[in-house]
Amino acid sequence: MVEARREFILNAVIVLALFAVPLWALMAGEPFIISLATRVAILALAAVGLNIALGLGGMVSFGHALYFGIGGYCAGILAHHAFSGTPVAFGLSGTNQMLVIWAVAMALSGLVAAVVGALSLRTSGIFFIMITLAFAQMGFFFTLSWPAYGGEDGLPIFVRNQFPGVNTMRPWELFLLAFGVLLVALVVFAMLRASRFGAALMAIRQNPDRAAAVGISPFGVKLTAFVISGMLTGLAGAMMADLSRFTSPAMMAWTMSGELIVIIILGGVGRLCAPVLGAAILVGFETLFGGWTEHWQLWLGLVLLGVVLFARGGVIGLIAGREGHG
Amino acid sequence: MSLALVLEQLLNGVQFGLMLFLMSAGLTLVFGVMGLINLAHGSLYMIGAFCCAAFAAMTGNFWLGLVAGIAAAAAAGAIIEVTVIRRLYARDHLDQVLATFALILILSEGVRLIFGPFPLYLNVPDVLRGTVDLGVTRYSLYRLALIGFGIAVAVGLWLLIAKTRLGIQIRAGESDREMIAALGVNIRWLYTVVFALGAALAGMAGALVGAIQSVQVGMGEPVLILAFVVIVIGGIGSIKGAMVGALLVGVIDTMGRFLLPRAFATFMEPSQAMGVGAALASMLIYLLMALVLILRPKGLFPAHG
Amino acid sequence: MTGKLKAGLAALALTTGMAQADSVTVGMITTLSGGGAGLGIDVRDGFNLALEHAGEHNIRLVVEDDAQRPELAVQIAERMIQSERADILTGIIWSNLAMAVVPSTVAQDIFYISPNAGPSALAGANCHPNYFNAAWQNDMLHEAAGQHANELGYENTFIMAPNYPAGTDALNGFKRYYEGELAGELFTQVGQTDYAAEIAQIRASGADSVFIFLPGGMGISFMRQYEGSDVGLPIVSAGFSFDQDVLPAMGSAALGVINTSQWSPDLDNDANARFVADFQEAYDRLPSLYASQGYDTANLILSALEAADVSDMDAFRDALHAADFASVRGDFEFAANHHPIQTVYVREVVEADGVLTNRIIGTAFERHQDVHGENCPM
Repeated sequence: MVEARREFILNAVIVLALFAVPLWALMAGEPFIISLATRVAILALAAVGLNIALGLGGMVSFGHALYFGIGGYCAGILAHHAFSGTPVAFGLSGTNQMLVIWAVAMALSGLVAAVVGALSLRTSGIFFIMITLAFAQMGFFFTLSWPAYGGEDGLPIFVRNQFPGVNTMRPWELFLLAFGVLLVALVVFAMLRASRFGAALMAIRQNPDRAAAVGISPFGVKLTAFVISGMLTGLAGAMMADLSRFTSPAMMAWTMSGELIVIIILGGVGRLCAPVLGAAILVGFETLFGGWTEHWQLWLGLVLLGVVLFARGGVIGLIAGREGHG
Repeated sequence: MSLALVLEQLLNGVQFGLMLFLMSAGLTLVFGVMGLINLAHGSLYMIGAFCCAAFAAMTGNFWLGLVAGIAAAAAAGAIIEVTVIRRLYARDHLDQVLATFALILILSEGVRLIFGPFPLYLNVPDVLRGTVDLGVTRYSLYRLALIGFGIAVAVGLWLLIAKTRLGIQIRAGESDREMIAALGVNIRWLYTVVFALGAALAGMAGALVGAIQSVQVGMGEPVLILAFVVIVIGGIGSIKGAMVGALLVGVIDTMGRFLLPRAFATFMEPSQAMGVGAALASMLIYLLMALVLILRPKGLFPAHG
Repeated sequence: MTGKLKAGLAALALTTGMAQADSVTVGMITTLSGGGAGLGIDVRDGFNLALEHAGEHNIRLVVEDDAQRPELAVQIAERMIQSERADILTGIIWSNLAMAVVPSTVAQDIFYISPNAGPSALAGANCHPNYFNAAWQNDMLHEAAGQHANELGYENTFIMAPNYPAGTDALNGFKRYYEGELAGELFTQVGQTDYAAEIAQIRASGADSVFIFLPGGMGISFMRQYEGSDVGLPIVSAGFSFDQDVLPAMGSAALGVINTSQWSPDLDNDANARFVADFQEAYDRLPSLYASQGYDTANLILSALEAADVSDMDAFRDALHAADFASVRGDFEFAANHHPIQTVYVREVVEADGVLTNRIIGTAFERHQDVHGENCPM
């Protein structure tokens, strides 16, 4: 129980730090740090999504960039049509309201996740890893070569989308928005983990046969988790497009899927706040080392290797101890 | 569209497929024997190409370069196995994916530190330059040699696994890991050898293909993804599956790029057909892979029953 | 961890604080790692050489690697504007990264000077007073290739480019001036490495010549395989695919290829002679087109700083537009849309002193201007 309490304290520290650092930046007049923190929050949100499939359900999806990209393109395409005043399709007009965009992004990525999940869950192990990768690659090549929305050049969002009561052009307000959504996602994750559904999901991960014997349908439970997972990552994609004011096929590249996995493992698989800590480490590393040396990827590789080989359970596991992984 | 052109494209597909086989064979062997997913396999391909180019430039001889490339890849493989990979066998796929993803970053930047940021020069050996007349069409001699080379390696690999002592140990390792330990085989040594063998095959592919492609940092990753598609279609761990998968991917990808834009042009405006056709062609092999996995979740030739 | 981050960020803030009050900060976002690193390194080295040649100057140059990733470029641009307080950004190599960074940068009253990449959108409808392109509009060199194909008497050309916007720009640019028939038109995959299928189609098409736009490694792969196929049709292309960054790797396959460019190492003017000689001395390799563009970009900025203060945006903009500097490409001026009006030369790949390089053999266009300017409201 000591470990559990330590992890709880650690979680509180992580979340508070993510709030305190940009707050300090706001006082110090460093708006860039604020948008960096916003980026951490959004990447963390995407990883919270993946953590449901990967951490709770044991489904190693190597294709979550697909949902991230779908969310991004929802924001980009809807904003593009709202900006130019042209209909998207079937006479439906675009929009620059984040709430609508988020709903569309989550619905669409959930729908795609349902199809991909239903097909992929027939396989397991490395085959599951690879078939999820295959679907993401299809999305990547599709956006890359489909000329209507910019192809490889991507799609700029000239004016950031709107949220009621928030000036999204102000870094601090945008941060609060992203932070708020992240908190909600973390609560959803915690509730899911503590629920009967979560228990079933974890039971299936540990022993699918026994779970089936007590009347749990592994397929239905896993698929549901996979869809929720894809929806959260899709939401993060829509927010990321708004933060960068840009969306491109790179959001669907396999390296993006890899990055999301890296974030979770850096933090600690299945842990509540692993995505937040992992995202903070990754973004911090990129920013600090990227400015110092053009060989920063070498150092990133060494750090990752060190974490996998010597810090099982990720950084949170290192600090809070092995146990606590649901 | 003449018959000669279609035949030439088929040949191109087969040649592409055989090079993919060299990449996939090592990958599938390593998975079959050690149960390891190695994303860094593409980096070994890159190391083979760079060392071959550097050594060929130094000595002026492609064949010496080829030997150096294979040796360097094998050596790099052995070193990586002893220092890193060995610790991953007992881990789950997730840790393996992440650790070998980290290796990609390290090896790519490492190669760039050593060889610099610009692509290297590596050319086809003099004896294999030019084309030969195949009756229906002229065909690049080097590509024809690659086909021969690919077949020779495939046969050699089959002989190695079917007829030698090492092959027996490898097969034993694939079917039952505890058993070979009981047989008194030094597993640590066997694993290092198998990993180095896979690395050598990747390095060989890199060096051979490097002579007609760009030898540059990052050249391994697109091939790596294709090789994974191949072994997943074929059934992971099966050399036969890798061969069938490689030929399927090679031929379908080549023919798709060739035929799809033409097919769309029959009912669409040409420049639009070209775009749509090219877009669909680039997704084709992933569609194939998804389709195979949906119909046969363990690939065409499941290795473990 | 957060403590460490804070310490690092404080260090960043410190360097900003230390910058002299009257210095001008130029943020260079360019590609220094991965497969496309050669281009970014050349731009950076060319830029640095110009600063060295200038002797006394008040430019503080901050360079950062974008790893050819658009989202990273956006993030770096934000940091350079907000934390480094950059007055001018430059350095981006790729059109897709430029499209991600440039519109929001210039909207924040920051100047962006492009040393490479000139997507048509930024030359036309989305042109901006704070955006200058010191290299070319993407179509320009391809248009010259189309023009020169006419002069060479080609009547049935096979044209090919990767399936992305810069590739579409290339094919459209070529077709805009080319008067002959097209034997075939192909899109290849971005990053494609095997061109056997395409070469077979070229052979079967009955073409009398081939136009390609395949930058970087794609061009190297294609040319090697093309040489081995004995198709032997003459190739015309824009200079991007046949410059110093790829020529050593292409080897004899590139010999004799006709390509078009606004610059060449043998271009006869004083500025260029000094640039080529000193670049070789400083970096021990021949400069590329990209290095020349980096060099010119720096000199353009230096010339404008001499004439005006960067904080007086209107005056500085006019000073940039005057382009009062000795360009290594000879005459250089800006059109109304802030893209160059310049001569485009025809070059041939030759071997000199055992090194492959380009030699000027003619002129495709005098004082050429891009067509997208008419959509630009400026």
